[in-house]
Amino acid sequence: MGSQGGFGQSKEFLDLVKSIGEARSKAEEDRIVLHEIETLKRRIEFIIRLVYVEMLGHDASFGYIHAVKMTHDDSLLLKRTGYLAVTLFLNEDHDLIILIVNTIQKDLKSDNYLVVCAALNAVCKLINEETIPAVLPQVVELLGHSKEAVRKKAIMALHRFYQRSPSSVMHLVSNFRKKLCDNDPGVMGATLCPLFDLIAVDANSYKDLVISFVSILKQVAERRLPKTYDYHQMPAPFIQIRLLKILALLGSGDRQASENMYTVVGDIFRKCDSTSNIGNAVLYECICCVSSIYPNPKLLEAAADVISRFLKSDSHNLKYMGIDALSRLIKISPEIAEQHQLAVIDCLEDPDDTLKRKTFELLYRMTKSSNVEVIVDRMIDYMISINDNHYKTEIASRCVELAEQFAPSNHWFIQTMNKVFEHAGDLVNSKVAHNLMRLIAEGFGEDDDTADCQLRSSAVESYLRIIGEPKLPSAFLQVICWVLGEYGTAGGKYSASYITGKLCDVAEAHSSNDTVKAYAVTALMKVYAFEIAAGRKVDMLPECQSLIEELSASHSTDLQQRAYELQAVVTLDAHAVEIIMPSDASCEDIEVDKNLSFLDSYVERSLEQGAQPYIPENERSGMINICNFRSQDQHDTSTHTLRFEAYELPKTSAPPRISPVSLAPSTELVPVPEPSYPVETHHVASVPSVSDTGSTELRLRLDGVQKKWGRPTYSSPASSSSDSTSLKAVNGVTQSDVSSTSTSRTRDSSYDSRSAQGEISSEKKKLAASLFGGPSKTEKRPSSTSHKVARSTSPAVEKSQGPKAVASSTTGVVSEKAAPLQPPPDLLDLGEPTVTSSAPSVDPFKQLEGLLDPTQATSAANYGAVDNTKAADIMSVYSEFPTSGQSSVIANPLPTNAGDANLIPGLSTTNKTGHAKGPNPRDALEKDALVRQMGVTPMSQNPNLFRDLLG
Amino acid sequence: MGIRFILMVNKQGQTRLAQYYEYLTLEERRALEGEIVRKCLARNEQQCSFVEHRTYKIVYRRYASLFFLVGVDNGENELAILEFIHLLVETMDRHFGNVCELDIMFHLEKAHFMLEEMVMNGCIVETSKANILTPIQLMDKAS
Repeated sequence: MGSQGGFGQSKEFLDLVKSIGEARSKAEEDRIVLHEIETLKRRIEFIIRLVYVEMLGHDASFGYIHAVKMTHDDSLLLKRTGYLAVTLFLNEDHDLIILIVNTIQKDLKSDNYLVVCAALNAVCKLINEETIPAVLPQVVELLGHSKEAVRKKAIMALHRFYQRSPSSVMHLVSNFRKKLCDNDPGVMGATLCPLFDLIAVDANSYKDLVISFVSILKQVAERRLPKTYDYHQMPAPFIQIRLLKILALLGSGDRQASENMYTVVGDIFRKCDSTSNIGNAVLYECICCVSSIYPNPKLLEAAADVISRFLKSDSHNLKYMGIDALSRLIKISPEIAEQHQLAVIDCLEDPDDTLKRKTFELLYRMTKSSNVEVIVDRMIDYMISINDNHYKTEIASRCVELAEQFAPSNHWFIQTMNKVFEHAGDLVNSKVAHNLMRLIAEGFGEDDDTADCQLRSSAVESYLRIIGEPKLPSAFLQVICWVLGEYGTAGGKYSASYITGKLCDVAEAHSSNDTVKAYAVTALMKVYAFEIAAGRKVDMLPECQSLIEELSASHSTDLQQRAYELQAVVTLDAHAVEIIMPSDASCEDIEVDKNLSFLDSYVERSLEQGAQPYIPENERSGMINICNFRSQDQHDTSTHTLRFEAYELPKTSAPPRISPVSLAPSTELVPVPEPSYPVETHHVASVPSVSDTGSTELRLRLDGVQKKWGRPTYSSPASSSSDSTSLKAVNGVTQSDVSSTSTSRTRDSSYDSRSAQGEISSEKKKLAASLFGGPSKTEKRPSSTSHKVARSTSPAVEKSQGPKAVASSTTGVVSEKAAPLQPPPDLLDLGEPTVTSSAPSVDPFKQLEGLLDPTQATSAANYGAVDNTKAADIMSVYSEFPTSGQSSVIANPLPTNAGDANLIPGLSTTNKTGHAKGPNPRDALEKDALVRQMGVTPMSQNPNLFRDLLG
Repeated sequence: MGIRFILMVNKQGQTRLAQYYEYLTLEERRALEGEIVRKCLARNEQQCSFVEHRTYKIVYRRYASLFFLVGVDNGENELAILEFIHLLVETMDRHFGNVCELDIMFHLEKAHFMLEEMVMNGCIVETSKANILTPIQLMDKAS
């Protein structure tokens, strides 16, 4: 290699050395060096290269300091680029920030407003809580700057400070109110952002601004703002949307404030261009606003109209918005859902995941006890089908929530929970498992022992069926073990050896999971104990024996103890065992003799013999305070973490002796809980540390599930305004047994609306009926029958099925069959819905999507050979979109082929529809030439680079 | 907060521009971009332009070979964000004239400057094309 490039120098450096070396005169040398200085000054390029490095996922931290240096530069472009790079590279806690604060301070004082703007941009990204005071005075001063761009950015800087640390700018909040009246619409528009945040936190302090917001919105809607804010013929739509969001907050639950808004919102409903996307965006925001403020019938009607237009649209985006809007409005007027039931079901069955999820959200909100089975069934099916753990968790917890609130029967509840646990057991909150165990233990609050027994035996049966399946989640196995231990042998249906065999299998199959093993061992102990107590002879299975032996040598002390306890219990006589392990007593309260009075005589005797008297631990000095070493409040979140807060002072009021249990569960002082198992602590009743408060069922927390339990709901359609409360409240109503007088009315209305549906497949219709026909239920769980019918029928027998489906969906309504109306409308209306759905749509979105080039996949392959195929593509595309002239974009200019005669005619024909902004071959050609000049020839790789984004 | 990030990604999944309004480490960004780009590129034109991803909602739109992806919070109006993307493209188009992917690659900083004018703290603050472009034009003139 010699002297050339041996050290890995760049070509530029070699060139420099070479040219200096060959310079013949001082003048020539000067020229070369000056040129080099110019090159070196182009640091901007290097910084942008660094931005690329970071953007593409590589570490560029070595160059951060250069970006920081560049912010000092005098040139505006360099300075702003420096700031840009710094904001892209650094987070607000980076060490280098300290070097920039000074520069920012200086730049905020600059005469050049562009410099000030650049600095304010950086302020918004880089200033953290600690550095706020350094720039705050200057930012506040800039609120009065003569340039609107500066005022706007200063407002946003304050907004940023508010986001970081609300207390730091609390005294400056009045500035936001002032700037709302700024002359410049841009500043006003920006001010809405911080005001929205403030109002979201505390709406009451801003009620006085309702009038101002309404009048601003009115002016915007009346096109009083400069034309430059128009977007697709809509006057400042983004400002309108933000104002509507603010009004929604301010009018929520405030009749007086809401009344001020009715006129302007109504105006916008009327004025909005419903053919453009942006018009629909504003309309959607109007619906959100209407459903948030105090209801107004006229506006609700307008909102319902828009929703039905959205839902009927072919565009998935509009359907999505429609479903979302529906779920908002349904809180206020529940009856609106019925007219859209088929559209909703279409969305539910759509292959598009996004739409499906949105629809599930809607269903979740409209669940009541009459349709809970169908909805939860669907949710579970969907849950099983997806892989996304995040969403799986969400939908699983929703299933559980709905099942707990609305379960129509115990059996169904158990089955549902089994399914949820089976497929998402490790994703749901462990509380859910405890709830389930407690439910099985306590029954459902009815004083009916046989029902409880049935429930338990059905649970046992279902678990024995499931238990053999591989890969059951740990939480589910715990539930299974617990239930089998408590109730496995209860009915006398299964022998102890059968149950214990199953339990041993579980423990063996999950030998790596200590928790499951612990549950299994304790369950074994219970089964044996019940056997002994019943006077039967216990023959421990050999595999069971070996399991116990293995566990008694386990590394886990917990497992060891359980194993030894089991061995001890088995040797006891029936009487003792019955006291230690009472049968079916998991819900009994345990009385604890906190003073341990039975030890008194022993203590006295010891004292007489000269033993040291006991000193309460809070009187002992220098000893570790082990107060609260154990609390009954075992949070899921509490983990083995370090505690940073100081130890609590000794409580003198605490019970002085023996394992004082803090009665007030303090969240700060969560002790490190060893993994303890409810069952164990309960049954080893002699352990004194069991707390006597709260958890009678020892950590099975139910949080009022009992209360939520209810019979099928009769949702009263009249309560439109008060209905916006949560589902719980609705269910609460059912508990107080609203009489079924209101149902007949609902039945009629729902019946009518149902008969209006067209021919759509009977399958769907039945689903719709079971989802939406809710209010008309009089019997317990009729929907399940209709659902089953829906499943079993074949769509081929549509005609005969139609009426039957409807009939079955409203079981118990005898009068219905007599309704003469029914079959004719069914047949007559057949055509209608199909027509609307297949009508050629003038959907703006579709047209926009039409801009995308479907031929790209092929064109990317080989540019040189493309011209022929390209022309063909264009033609084919042309025929594909005969109605849409906009497909001309596809005729993207391919500059190198400009001479190709095939292409140009293709272009001109497609272009005829002549919209202003067509692709311009000459422009693209120039660009191409320029790039080629620079030596970049990406053509063979990626012709797309030259494609106009906007056609 | 509203907008949490804006990405431009081409059909091959290469990032062309990335702006985050909350701090993510390099690793997190890389993972996030990979996941959502895979998700969005797999969708067809009939499907919604919205995708849920973890706690984000992604609103995306395709122009020729380039995807524009905006990650937003739950409270945001998706349709409006979709139009915001279009406004951004229109603005770039006004500045560059028949804007194409290569324009953005060669003038990455300009594309960023436009975004800086339009979005601050994750909120849309400016939608007038004239106001967005003025500072950039002034800067061009000065240098």
